[in-house]
Amino acid sequence: MWEQQLAFWILAVAMGAAALGVVRTTNIVHAALYLVVVLAGAAAQYILLAAEFVAWVQVLIYIGAVVILFLFGIMLTRAPMGGEGRRLDNDQRWGAVVVALFVFGVLVAMLVDAFGGEEIRFGSELVAQGRTGNVGSDLFREFLVPFEVVSMLLLAALIGAVVLARRD
Amino acid sequence: MDINQFLILSAFLFCVGIYGVLARRNGVLVLMSIELMLNAVSINLIAFSAFGREVAGQVFALFVITIAAAEVGVGLAIVLLIYRNLSSPDLDEVDQLKG
Amino acid sequence: MLEHAWLIPALPAVAFFVILFFGKRLPKKGAEVGIIAMTISFVLSIVAAVDWIDRVNAADTGEHGLGAFFGKGFMAAAEGEHAVVAPVVKSVTWWTSGGVDFGVGTYVDGLTVMMLIVVTLVSLLVYIYSTAYMHDDRRYTWFFASLSLFSASMLTLVVASNTIEMLVGWELVGLCSFMLIGFWWEDRENSRAAIKAFLTTRTGDIGLMIGIIILFFTVGSFGVGATNSYALSPGAQHDLLLAASICLMIGIIGKSGQFPLHTWLPDAMAGPTPVSALIHAATMVVAGVYLGARLYPVFYDGFSIEAGGVNMMALIGGITILIGAVLAFVQRDIKKVLAYSTISQIGYMVMGLGVGAWVAAVFHLFTHAFFKALLFLGAGSVSHGGTHHSFDMREMGGLRKYMPITFWTFLIGSLALAGIFPLAGFWSKDEILVNAGSNGFDTFLIVGLIGAFLTAAYMTRCVYLTFFGEYRGHAQPHESEPAITIPLIVLAGLSIIAGIINAAPLGLEKFTEYVEPTFAFPDLVHAEFDYPKAILSVSIAAVAIGIAAFYWFRHEETGPLKGLTQRNKLAHAGYTFLENKYYLDHLYENVIVDGIRGPVSAAAYWVNQHVIDGVVNGAGRTATRVGSFAYDTIDQRVVDGAVNGMAYETGEAGEELRKVQSGKVQRYALWLFAATGVLALAVFITNVL
Repeated sequence: MWEQQLAFWILAVAMGAAALGVVRTTNIVHAALYLVVVLAGAAAQYILLAAEFVAWVQVLIYIGAVVILFLFGIMLTRAPMGGEGRRLDNDQRWGAVVVALFVFGVLVAMLVDAFGGEEIRFGSELVAQGRTGNVGSDLFREFLVPFEVVSMLLLAALIGAVVLARRD
Repeated sequence: MDINQFLILSAFLFCVGIYGVLARRNGVLVLMSIELMLNAVSINLIAFSAFGREVAGQVFALFVITIAAAEVGVGLAIVLLIYRNLSSPDLDEVDQLKG
Repeated sequence: MLEHAWLIPALPAVAFFVILFFGKRLPKKGAEVGIIAMTISFVLSIVAAVDWIDRVNAADTGEHGLGAFFGKGFMAAAEGEHAVVAPVVKSVTWWTSGGVDFGVGTYVDGLTVMMLIVVTLVSLLVYIYSTAYMHDDRRYTWFFASLSLFSASMLTLVVASNTIEMLVGWELVGLCSFMLIGFWWEDRENSRAAIKAFLTTRTGDIGLMIGIIILFFTVGSFGVGATNSYALSPGAQHDLLLAASICLMIGIIGKSGQFPLHTWLPDAMAGPTPVSALIHAATMVVAGVYLGARLYPVFYDGFSIEAGGVNMMALIGGITILIGAVLAFVQRDIKKVLAYSTISQIGYMVMGLGVGAWVAAVFHLFTHAFFKALLFLGAGSVSHGGTHHSFDMREMGGLRKYMPITFWTFLIGSLALAGIFPLAGFWSKDEILVNAGSNGFDTFLIVGLIGAFLTAAYMTRCVYLTFFGEYRGHAQPHESEPAITIPLIVLAGLSIIAGIINAAPLGLEKFTEYVEPTFAFPDLVHAEFDYPKAILSVSIAAVAIGIAAFYWFRHEETGPLKGLTQRNKLAHAGYTFLENKYYLDHLYENVIVDGIRGPVSAAAYWVNQHVIDGVVNGAGRTATRVGSFAYDTIDQRVVDGAVNGMAYETGEAGEELRKVQSGKVQRYALWLFAATGVLALAVFITNVL
């Protein structure tokens, strides 16, 4: 299926570059925008894998809310918005590079070893699987309790954030 | 498609996120890097969901997204507090627990 | 009572402790405890005697069960006498060591019973006497405690069932003697006398101990009965028994004041008079004789007494009789006269044993105890009431007017000692002489007769100097109080009648019947009462008294013999020889002791200073140096260095490690991820590759 491969690779390259941008750019706002690219790319990948509900939730929540939060955070903390360069990186950059590369190496080795030639077989049942109704029914049947717990969590997080950020 | 394509992509994003968490000075940027890592994990989950014909993977991804959102909210509140107390969002300044 | 004879020594032993701890607080200062204990012991001894007599009588009337069991061929059929009466032996094993049992117990037979009576009776009388005599003494309570201990020890010796127990009693009486001779130790002379007594008897004790050891290895047991049985058995090793006899004899010589170890006895008179009466007349000094009597079969076989002839026992006894009697003549101190007399009389006992006259010797012990104690207590009474505590006869004289009771009792005692019929001493001394003669020991018979002559003579001198003539002293003489005179009277009575117990002509031979052992005892021949010899000995004594009386009563102030020793060189030399007690003391102290003391102690001192001290000091110096080395180097540098170093290093490490905790979260996160990666790699490698 060459179309999927092509789509995948375009998306992958874009996401990779954007990710690198998030962590390397000297402008904070640019970093946020690069993050948007990554998130969007992720959503596209989900659609590629026939997980449409999740893809739209991703777009809605992440790009729609989380990034906005980030921008507010940047604004409220008076982050240096002009490019003041390398002041956004701390002393352990090189250590971080080493560690990151090392972990990447280990992961790749493991993945190659584990899932060497496995393939994802596409088919109609895959599409059926990703349907909203299917996901929803599983969510509210098998995973009802986690669902409720997560809602509690959200409530707690909400209250917590409010409490933390109060001025008094 | 090889599943490894997705998996290695996710690994890559994860490691970039690691770099960001470790190397960035601003708290907000650290949070962004954490988002990167979480997304990588989500991609992983969805890929396996497609591979193993399990819908649970997608449900998990949903949960991850939700929790990530909550976590960003609280995290930013904390960064705000740090900024208020130290007049700088620089995480290097936060070393009161120095031994 | 025969079974419980252990009570008799036990009571005074308990009294000793009671007096020691509580005596000072009691109304009579402890004396009552001693007297009560001794009274009870005396009564028990009487009971024991009665029991024994019953036992002998029962055996005689036909009960041969025990006799047959124990009789190793000594069913005395020869003289138509009694059956074998086994002694009552009770023994408990005290401890066992190397297969040898050390027991402690009692061995009660006629000899034991007789000794018990003598010891308890004389002790009791001495205690009563002491309440008056020692009345104001500074250590009154301790005196009674020591007396009780002595009595307990002597009684232990007497009832001992094995030689070790006997040795224990022997040594204890030696200790008590030491304590009591040196009772007034504030006076240096007394301490020296005490030490001399102790060391001299100790010298004899070496022989005793070696003898006991030889006996043990020969016989295989310490028991008295076993030893005696062995000695009489056909398989006995004569040479070993001879060796043992000689060694034991040395012990007897020491303890009983025989020649040549008699020198301590006169000096022992430094002790209080009750002590002299009890210990050095009636009881302790006869311990040697008792030993000889108790283990008689050993001596009988060892010295071949049966065969007649001169043996060590008789010889020593005989010599002692003479030298003691002769020395008694030149004493000025009344107690010393009596001391030499004691030496001489014990010589009679030892000689009696040596010539096979066992019953006679023991009987003499019995009677001698009474009249010698009487004489000593009388001397004490004289000093107490007559001369203000002096014993020097030059300060006495004419006391018979002032102290009648003392005079008469003393006179009775002297006559008994001299062997005048019918007093006690006659019967016992005479029997010794008779047996000596009949057993073939004619020499000793003559020695005994000479001794009797001398005895009568010196006692007459003594009596005269003390009680007749003019009073030469400085005090107000008066009779002593009843506590003193009543014992004198009792003993005088006994001196008169005690001899009757074994008066053969009267058909009374109680001693032979009840006291002579029948179990494990040689078949001795008892001489018949010999009228001629008896009359001879009494005559000799009477003649002696006559001559002496004549000399002193009539010719003291004038006469050819007066001042003889001053004028005549030979006589003077003789007198000086006697006065210096045959120079034996000089020999012992100056020649032997100093000769050893001089070079030997100098050598010993040198060794001590240079060799021993050198080693010790050297060891000390080395130890000090090692110690300081250990301290400085090892402790300070190495150990402390290690300890301090560890602490320091820990601190330094901590300082370094501290920097890890920078407080910076991202630094921690770096390490976290790195570690996770490494871990993952490790898991990957181990599980997959």
